[in-house]
Amino acid sequence: MSEKKNIKIALAGNPNTGKTSLFNVLTGLHQKVGNYPGITVDKKQGTFDLNNNTTATIIDLPGTYSINPSSIDETIVIKTLINKNNIDFPDIVVIVAEIDNLKRNLLLFSQIKDLEIPTILAINMSDQMKRKGISIDIEALEKELKTDVVLISARKNSGIENLKKALLNPKYKVLKSSSHCSEKIDATFFNQIKKEIPNLPLYNAWLLITQLEDLSAYTQEEQNSINKFKINKDQLSKLQHKETIFRYAEINAILKKTYKVDKSKATTLRARLDRVLTHKFFGFIIFGIILTFLFQGVYNFSAIPMDFIDTSFANLAEWVKNTMPTGIFTDLLTDGIIAGIGGIIIFVPQIIILFLFVAIMEETGYMSRVVFIMDKVMRRFGMSGKSVVPLLSGTACAIPAIMAARNISGIKERLITILVTPFTTCAARLPVYAILIALVIPETSFYGFNIQGLVLMALYLIGFTTAIVSAYILNKILKVKSKSYFIIEMPNYKLPSLRNLLITIFDKTKAFVIDAGKIILAISIILWFLASNGPNNTHGNAENIVAKEIKLNGINLSQAQQDQKVSSYKLEHSYIGIMGKTIEPAIKPLGYDWKIGIALITSFAAREVFVGTLATIYSVENNDEDVTGIKQRMQAEINSETGKKRFDLPTGLSLLIFYTFAMQCMSTLAIVKRETNSWKWPIYQLAGMTTLAYIAAYLTHLIFL
Amino acid sequence: MEKTITDLHIGEKGIIANFCLNNIPLKLLEMGCIPGKEVELVQIAPLNDPLYIIVNGSHIAIRRDVAKLINIY
Repeated sequence: MSEKKNIKIALAGNPNTGKTSLFNVLTGLHQKVGNYPGITVDKKQGTFDLNNNTTATIIDLPGTYSINPSSIDETIVIKTLINKNNIDFPDIVVIVAEIDNLKRNLLLFSQIKDLEIPTILAINMSDQMKRKGISIDIEALEKELKTDVVLISARKNSGIENLKKALLNPKYKVLKSSSHCSEKIDATFFNQIKKEIPNLPLYNAWLLITQLEDLSAYTQEEQNSINKFKINKDQLSKLQHKETIFRYAEINAILKKTYKVDKSKATTLRARLDRVLTHKFFGFIIFGIILTFLFQGVYNFSAIPMDFIDTSFANLAEWVKNTMPTGIFTDLLTDGIIAGIGGIIIFVPQIIILFLFVAIMEETGYMSRVVFIMDKVMRRFGMSGKSVVPLLSGTACAIPAIMAARNISGIKERLITILVTPFTTCAARLPVYAILIALVIPETSFYGFNIQGLVLMALYLIGFTTAIVSAYILNKILKVKSKSYFIIEMPNYKLPSLRNLLITIFDKTKAFVIDAGKIILAISIILWFLASNGPNNTHGNAENIVAKEIKLNGINLSQAQQDQKVSSYKLEHSYIGIMGKTIEPAIKPLGYDWKIGIALITSFAAREVFVGTLATIYSVENNDEDVTGIKQRMQAEINSETGKKRFDLPTGLSLLIFYTFAMQCMSTLAIVKRETNSWKWPIYQLAGMTTLAYIAAYLTHLIFL
Repeated sequence: MEKTITDLHIGEKGIIANFCLNNIPLKLLEMGCIPGKEVELVQIAPLNDPLYIIVNGSHIAIRRDVAKLINIY
C-alpha cells in the first residue's frame, strides 16, 4: 500500500456560525478532545479522508470574532496561526462564515488572509439563502477576496463535497504581502516596523507587537525590536482601531458588489421572539418557568434510568460476592469500588439532562438572551450576566462550569464567579445527600409534599443562596482593579442540531465519569490498604491484646463476638484509624465520630467517595455476612457513647450541611488554580468554604440535638 | 448636549458619529460598531441595562456605560 498524503486543516470562524457542526459532519466520530499545553482549553481534533490517497487532520479552533483575542480561548487562534513552527500550524485554514452576517465574518477572514496562510471561505447555512432573500455572486466574491469560496450547509450536509474538492485543489494561491496595515493607516509607522523587523511578514510583526506577550519562539534580536514598538500603548490602540475601520471599509466595498439582500423577504421571527424573551417582565417569567421545568425534569425523567442503574449495580455486586471467595478483597471490590462507581453512574442520567439543557439553551441562542436579562441583576452581586452560564452548569459539575467563566471579560466579575460557583449543588453531592436523607429524614409527606424531596430542594436553595450572598460579600471586600466591558452577540435563533447535542453530551459525560471513576478507584485502594494495615505493636498484636482485655474484665464472649472485637480493635489501630482518631476531637462538636472523620478526610479528594469510604470502613470492621448494602450497614451503626443510632437526625443534618458548604473536590481546586493562575485563590476558597461548613454544621448539630 | 445611544427610544435609529477611539474597546469596533453606520435600539433589559442594538448587521448587547460613549446623530 502506498503512503497516504496527509494535510493539516484548521477551522476558524465566529461563534454561532456552525463551525462545530461542520467539524462534526466532516469527522463524524473520528474526533478526540485533548488539551493545549499549559491551559485547559479543549482542543478538538479529528481525521477524515479527502480522497483515496489523501487524509486530512482537522483542528477546530475556538470561535472568535477577531484574531485579536479577548479571552484565553481566543488566544489559541492567534498562537496556532502566527508561528509556522507551532505543532498545529495548518496547511490550509477553512474560515466558516454564515450568510446572515457575512460582513462581520469577513473581518476575521481578512485578518487570517493577511497571515499569508492558504485559506478557503466556507459560507454556511446556504440552505436558508432563498428564504432570507440573500444572493451572493460567488465568482465575483472569489476574485475580490482572492480565495476559494464554497457554499455549504453543515446541517443539511450539502456542499461538503465541493469543500473537499477545494481543499484538494484550491484555485487561488497565497499572495505575498498584500498586507492591510500599510500606508493607508500610518505609512511612517509601518515602514519603521518593516525596517526594524525585516524577517517577519509585516502583519505577523504587527500582531506580535499588539497581541502577544510570549515571544520565546523568536530570536533575541527580533524580541528586542518587537518590544521597542510595544512601548507606546496609546498609539498602538489608536492604530488598531483605525485598522479595524479600514478593514470594514474594504469589506463593505466588496460586499456591495457581490452580496444582495431583498429586505422584503427578511423574516421577523428573531424580532418577534426577542420582543418576548428579552421583555422586561415576561423575560424573567419565561426564564423562571424554564428553570423550574429543568429541575423538575432532572428528577422526573431520571427516576426510571436511575432505578435501573441502582438495581444493576446491586446485582453486579451480589454476583461478584457469590462468585469470588469471601474475604476482605472481595469486600473491597463490591463495597468500595463497585458501590463507589455505581454511586457515580447512577447520577449520569441527571448529568445528561443538565448538560443537555445547557447545550440546548446555548445552541438555540436563548442563553444569550438570559445573559442579557440577567446582567444588571447579577452585577448587583459583583458578577456579570455571563455568570449565569457557570452557575447553571455548576448544578452538573463545577469543573466545566468554572471553565465556562472564561467568557466573562471583567477580571473581578470572573474571579467572583469562579470563587462562588462550587457552592451550587453539583452532581457529586447527590450520592451523599441521597444516602443521608434516606437515613435520617422520614418518608412521610407534609401538605402533600414528600419531606425527603423538600429537604433536597432546600439543600439546592441553600447552595445557590450562599453562592449569591458570598458573591455580594466578595464584591465588597475584594480589591481587584478591573476595567470590564460587556459585549455579547445576540445570535439568530436556531433549532438545535441533534448531532451536535449528542456529541457534546457524550464528551462531557464521559469526562465526568472517567475522572470521578479514577479518583474513586484510587481512593478505595489506598483506603483499603490503610484500613487493613497498622503499627505492629497494636494492630499486629490485636488478637492478644483483645484476649487479655476480655480476661481482665472477666466477661464471657462467643467466638464470633470475640472476632468482632478483634476486627474493631484492628480498624481503630490501623493507619486510617489513627488518622480518624487524631481529628476526632475537632469533629466531635459536629456530631461525628472518627469513622465519619475518615470519610471526611477522603472526601476532600472528591465528595462522592463519602459513601464508598464508609462502605469500605464498615466492611473491614464487620465481617458479618448477613448485613449487605451500605445503607443497612450505616443504619446498624451504633453510637458507642449514647448507645443510639450513629446516623440520627442531628448528625445526619449536620453532615448534609457540611457537604453543602465544604470545598471537597481536588479537581475543582486544580481547575481554579489553572484558571486564576495562582495558588492563592484555591487556597482561600478551600479555607473559606470549609470554615463556613464547619461553623454551619456545628450550629445545625446544636440546634437539632 | 450631544446625543448618545442611551438617548434612543426602543425601535428608534441613529447614525454613529465619530467617537473618541481611545475610550471604546476594540472589540466593539470589531463587532461592527463603526462611525457612519446606522444603529437601532431593539430592546432595553430589565432594570434598564444592558441595551440590545443592531449595528452594521450585528445584533449585540452592550452596557449603558459603554453606550454612553457612542455619540449619534
